Amino acid sequence: MADLQFGDARPDAEEIQIVDSFVSETAVVREGERVVRGGVTRRREQRHLLLPGLHLLQNSQGWISPGGLNYLAEVLQVPPAEAYGVATFYDLFATEKPSIPGPQHHICVDAACAMAGSADLLSKIQATGQRVHESPCLGQCERAPAMFIQEVGAPDRVPADADGFSHPQRGDSSLRLLRRFGVADPLSIDSYTSNGGYDALGLALNIGTEAVLSTLEASGLSGRGGAAFPTGTKWRAVAEENSSSKHVVANADESEPGTFKDRLIMENDPFAVIEAMTIAGVTTGSERGWIYIRGEYPLATHRLNHAIQSARASGYLGSKIAGSEYSFDIEVRRGAGAYICGEETALFNSIEGQRGEPRSKPPFPTTSGLFGEPTVINNPETLINVLEILNSGVDAYRSLGTKRSPGTKLFCLSGHIRFPGLYEIPFGVSLGELLQIAGGVVGDLQAILMGGAAGRFVGPEKLDLPLTLEDAAANETTLGSGALMVFSNEVNMLDVTRRLAQFFRDESCGQCVPCRIGTVRQHEVLLQINAKGPDQTQRELLDDISAVMGDASICGLGHTAASAIQSALDLGLLPSGAP
Amino acid sequence: MKEQGDSQVSVHINGIKVSVEEGTTLLQAANSAGIEIPTLCWAENLTPANACRLCVVEQQGSRTLVSSCSRVCEDGAQVLTDTDRVHRSRKMVLEFLASSNDLSQSPDLVAWSKMYDVDTERYKAPAKIEDQIKIEDDLFVRAYDRCVLCYKCVEACGDDAQHTFAIAIAGRGFDARVSTEYEVPLPESACVYCGNCVGVCPTNALQFKTEFDLRDANDWRPSEQTVTETVCSYCGVGCSLELHTQDNHIVKVTSPSDHSVTSGHLCIKGRFGWQYVHAPEFKPREAP
Repeated sequence: MADLQFGDARPDAEEIQIVDSFVSETAVVREGERVVRGGVTRRREQRHLLLPGLHLLQNSQGWISPGGLNYLAEVLQVPPAEAYGVATFYDLFATEKPSIPGPQHHICVDAACAMAGSADLLSKIQATGQRVHESPCLGQCERAPAMFIQEVGAPDRVPADADGFSHPQRGDSSLRLLRRFGVADPLSIDSYTSNGGYDALGLALNIGTEAVLSTLEASGLSGRGGAAFPTGTKWRAVAEENSSSKHVVANADESEPGTFKDRLIMENDPFAVIEAMTIAGVTTGSERGWIYIRGEYPLATHRLNHAIQSARASGYLGSKIAGSEYSFDIEVRRGAGAYICGEETALFNSIEGQRGEPRSKPPFPTTSGLFGEPTVINNPETLINVLEILNSGVDAYRSLGTKRSPGTKLFCLSGHIRFPGLYEIPFGVSLGELLQIAGGVVGDLQAILMGGAAGRFVGPEKLDLPLTLEDAAANETTLGSGALMVFSNEVNMLDVTRRLAQFFRDESCGQCVPCRIGTVRQHEVLLQINAKGPDQTQRELLDDISAVMGDASICGLGHTAASAIQSALDLGLLPSGAP
Repeated sequence: MKEQGDSQVSVHINGIKVSVEEGTTLLQAANSAGIEIPTLCWAENLTPANACRLCVVEQQGSRTLVSSCSRVCEDGAQVLTDTDRVHRSRKMVLEFLASSNDLSQSPDLVAWSKMYDVDTERYKAPAKIEDQIKIEDDLFVRAYDRCVLCYKCVEACGDDAQHTFAIAIAGRGFDARVSTEYEVPLPESACVYCGNCVGVCPTNALQFKTEFDLRDANDWRPSEQTVTETVCSYCGVGCSLELHTQDNHIVKVTSPSDHSVTSGHLCIKGRFGWQYVHAPEFKPREAP
């Protein structure tokens, strides 16, 4: 058995009870057996329980105490220094006892919420003597300003969830991905199946895995997270891996500022995500599914958990699913406040109970993903496209969109737009047309941030831009995650770029030098720019910082941490500069 | 499964064709061809951490630069180690470090900073890595204002050598630090005082107390020190020791990182158990 040393900090009775009940519920082998079976393997096997264990301690105590952490670390056989390293990685965990008791209010201060008055909301709550935390985007931009609340002993909550969902395209019969939104009851599997649910799984089991793969390849579906990797290629790569254990992961850690599509998918059509993951499992020979969902999405988490239980009870998850020879089941894992965990390899590390630091690629997830095993990882939007492709067929799917960007795309509109919200349009609709569909710009258009903080600004001269992958690339912008944040002339873009820089400074994991220090230096220069704009030295420095982050960082966060700011400079959105 | 090293691949580095065993990294291949690449977080006795990004090179077909310390040679790859783009990234990494940390006790970093024209003057009031120096015992001190977060100490304490796991990276981003749980002092942590973290530290953020005291007294004179190789006398493993002496006094003990027994790592006895040599009543046995 591993010779780990645990300090003197002792847990209180409640912490012991919380950890013990959690561990026995999750059927972890306890100490006696571990001694027999050996330390290292067993330790690896249960370390993935660290993150959920930390959530429980945080929720029951309001912070993670040395005694509580020590006890959890001992039960899971994780070195306490490493457990502390994990606990201190996430915004939603406190490792110091809060000086003010009572709930913690996370209030979004990113662009869409700032425009909607989040600063006022923040000071109003602060004035009552309650705790507030300036949060990065909470994924509720359509109903800004956004708030998320943690409270001891109570489930984490989003007050706005009580208001229900307003669907700007309600009743539009041309919707495909959103067809069940507001139509099917997200809490009823019967309602799901009577609205076309589980038809695609039946079809997939019928036509066999090779036919599913070739259908996907023929459909031209590509990932909707921003990188646009061909989904069929990814699935085939995992299907062809020789491994006794493979995984399907839904990347539901949607954290790109301005993006809320996956939250609305999971809240309004949770069974669709589960059905699509099941098809991925059957097709690639994976029996284990994982949904890694943002910690700030309590309603979506609740509905997914409910849907998973219903699907199990109805034989759609578990062994011999839907009467077939296949087995597949899904576990839900909550993130804890870290933008970087949306990067796929950081996400794997986070599930595994490690710090959410990205890994170097290669190797890629298709060969070495979760637990070092072959893994399909897709976000919810990509996944539900698979159902659409199987149900309607490749030709019907490709009848919308363009040759290189077939099908439809979800866009999240926020900021100075008349009807902020989630929109589904065929690829190829122009940027200006989409703004009109959403009621038009409020005020005079200054710029649009496409693809979130990791994206790029475009000016009013790009309203004719067809929203396709190829046109975006040709115009040196990106569709990214589908976020479109609209800024009128009234917005001070220097403030916006400063906040973007702060966002990356706060969210860098700190692993590699270019991003760990570059994001700080970039923010500092932007703070030093005066009303005349950057001088030549400042501009050169910003360009150098951008170059090293883009060229030498480990992952996409660093690669794109300067892109929006550089585009703002190039477009002249900041003052043009002192001599 | 294919074993590593059962076939050869060739890569072109700066136009020179280099043939290496499959599984060889670009850094190893470049070094074998006499091409130098600066590295900070890489060490031959540790798993590449990929953190410093100083060793980046340009590989044809790759959108970004690649880290040569961990990227394995792909047959036919075209690699350039000294382009303007590479130079710019390395210079920026060095500027970032020099604007954040006290690098004065790292001769390599001082030399590279010169080589790459590092200019920290253009950073106005940059945030720095600040930390109170930690002196918690008589064996070594921790001065994290010199820490560049290369992960070497964490690796040496963990899976790569000692398997003690007394330290890890805590916090995130610019606030990330090497830390014990809740920053408890080392004597209260799992630390076993092997000193392997000190042995791998490239910036002297971790240094032996003997060296720290001598530097404090302005009496640290590396050029006058001699190194005597010997074998540890404590047990039968046969660890190779290098005794660094100044004025005929041992000032630190290391082990060669390419040594077959130690890989450069020692235990508390070999590393620190030499004080008896200087005890007034200690008389070495006469050689027979």
